[in-house]
Amino acid sequence: MTQVVSTTPGLFPLPDWAKDELSDLKGHQKTDLISGDESAEITDAYDRARREVLDVQADAGLDRVVEGQLRWDDMIAHPLAVADSVDTRGIVRYYDNNNFYREPVVTGDLEATGDVAAELDAAAEHVDSGLQAVLPGPYSLADLATDEHYGDEAAFLDAIAAFLADEAGQFPDVETLFLLEPSLVENAPGDGADERASEAIDQVANAVDADVVAHTYWGAIEEKVYAHLMDADVDAIGFDLIADHEQTVYNVQEYGTKDSVALGLVDGQNTLVETPETIRERIDWFADQTAGDYDTVYATANTETFYLPVNKFEAKLSALADAAELEEVQA
Amino acid sequence: MTGPREQFRPEDHPNDHFLLTTVVGSYPKPKWHDRARELFEDEDADFGSDEWEEAKDDAARLITEEHERSGLDVVVDGEMRRNEMVEYFAERIDGYEFNGRVKVWGHNYYDKPSVTDEVEYDEEWLVSEYEFTSSVASRPVKVPITGPYTLANWAFNEVYEDEEALAYDLADLVNEEIEALVEAGARYIQIDEPALATTPDDHAIVGECLERIADEVPDDVRLGLHVCYGDYSRIYPEILDYPVHEFDLELANGDYEQLDVFKEHEFTKDFAMGVTDVHVAEVESVEEIKANIKKGLEVVPPERLTVSPDCGVKLLPRDVAYGKMENMVQAAREVEEELDAGEIDVVAGPEASAD
Repeated sequence: MTQVVSTTPGLFPLPDWAKDELSDLKGHQKTDLISGDESAEITDAYDRARREVLDVQADAGLDRVVEGQLRWDDMIAHPLAVADSVDTRGIVRYYDNNNFYREPVVTGDLEATGDVAAELDAAAEHVDSGLQAVLPGPYSLADLATDEHYGDEAAFLDAIAAFLADEAGQFPDVETLFLLEPSLVENAPGDGADERASEAIDQVANAVDADVVAHTYWGAIEEKVYAHLMDADVDAIGFDLIADHEQTVYNVQEYGTKDSVALGLVDGQNTLVETPETIRERIDWFADQTAGDYDTVYATANTETFYLPVNKFEAKLSALADAAELEEVQA
Repeated sequence: MTGPREQFRPEDHPNDHFLLTTVVGSYPKPKWHDRARELFEDEDADFGSDEWEEAKDDAARLITEEHERSGLDVVVDGEMRRNEMVEYFAERIDGYEFNGRVKVWGHNYYDKPSVTDEVEYDEEWLVSEYEFTSSVASRPVKVPITGPYTLANWAFNEVYEDEEALAYDLADLVNEEIEALVEAGARYIQIDEPALATTPDDHAIVGECLERIADEVPDDVRLGLHVCYGDYSRIYPEILDYPVHEFDLELANGDYEQLDVFKEHEFTKDFAMGVTDVHVAEVESVEEIKANIKKGLEVVPPERLTVSPDCGVKLLPRDVAYGKMENMVQAAREVEEELDAGEIDVVAGPEASAD
């Protein structure tokens, strides 16, 4: 029997009070963003905000709970932005969104910081079960960064994968790890790079004792890239059914997928709130199309959710959680 | 050197060459103006809409004069009446609703609206703002207006089939507003389409929007297009076909890494180039800005170069914003002197592209 697990890819919107408070404490310039050595006052504000989003997830009834990644000013480039041997330079566009991050430029040997592990430790104090970690996938992080040290693309991806694996190795016990890999869609790897991207995911996935989801979004994965991704040692691949369900279904029909699957069913970038019934219909449709008898279906938002205003973000979490409940009742 | 640009040369301009200096639009609001807004929003305060209107007039007058004091050739009011570049317009257009703030970057947010019904023209957007600013300004006034593609793209679309359909409906509304602005005397209108940089594949949609906007706008009205923070190679040279006179582009933030994009194909329109970085809270020196301006002369000849900051300066401390404008104007005047004296080899222009 398929288990539907409601979750999200993390990177939540800050509660509105925290937007104001942190904006006052930190400022508005690119030099004011998180560098990993923030003051006690700033840490305290983030702690309170984290508690709040943990409560929101618990109240909604989500099966997996994320830390929220509220400190990730540079979105999924965050782990590099707080690392040594990385300069954060001009602000650059975050994929094709109206959002910006500081370009991380790697200028020396990368070493893990434990920054993400510390966030998870803080969250773990308040979460009994179902804690989910979130990291950028190695291919996407390498894609968002600039290399001025390792010299060639393959060596750089390797270094990023080792860096992320070391970060993940410091995590407390987590149930699930979501590796966010939008670049596999947005800037698909070519010949050779596609295979390396899959191996890099392996390297990070093997660093944790948890179910690992390689989650992609903003479209369907190119066929060849998908074929290579299927070789990665992950428990599930995540698909954005909002952006492109047809090509995604084709990929799965043609190449199969893992025993479990993550489905982006709720639009992380639109305020129109899906009903639990609609979400459930989308799960059923995907299962029908792919003749899938999945162990686990992770029912998730397709993208990060910081794009949404807080009220709609909360409504969507509830809808996801309710959709999973609905499934359990009917099963 | 005729056409819609020369009308902005001040009568007392000191040099033969004229590098038009202006700003993109937004400017830091005076602290007392923020306080006035808080009072207006506080139901318990004895501060009503008359007082709030007066505060906005005062701020608009103050910043317009501050722009003039810095020496700018074409001024704006610093968008003192506008809270944000999408919100302001969405509040005035039927069909939008607001749910709360969303992040742009760092701790910069805006109240991103949702389109929940077909958009329709309701109250006027900018005519009274223009009339006030031009009544207090002694220099020509530019009107920045958020473009339809950005108004569509930076909102959540809950009802239209796609963004394109929404953008075209909005373009008709922008056209209506621009006709009213021209009627009121506006001669320099800048359409802000930062969203074009986010979805460069949609440049044809923006082009169609601009055709609708420019429809029946008289020839002596200077139309500019502002785009920022994107990969220009994905929209250039296609944008040269747009029915506008000038492109205003951010380049200082990226340290002119993208300048070559505009040299590969002759830049056939006026080039308003960002010469100061609005995300660095330090005033660049006159020398540094002069060096930046000279980079612009690698793209277009002086008579087609406009000098401007990368983007709106509203996030800077006010003294820094002023310092940047003052140094920018001085740098432009010094470059003009060097041009007059024949000390600068102009590499762009008809000679360079005569082959």
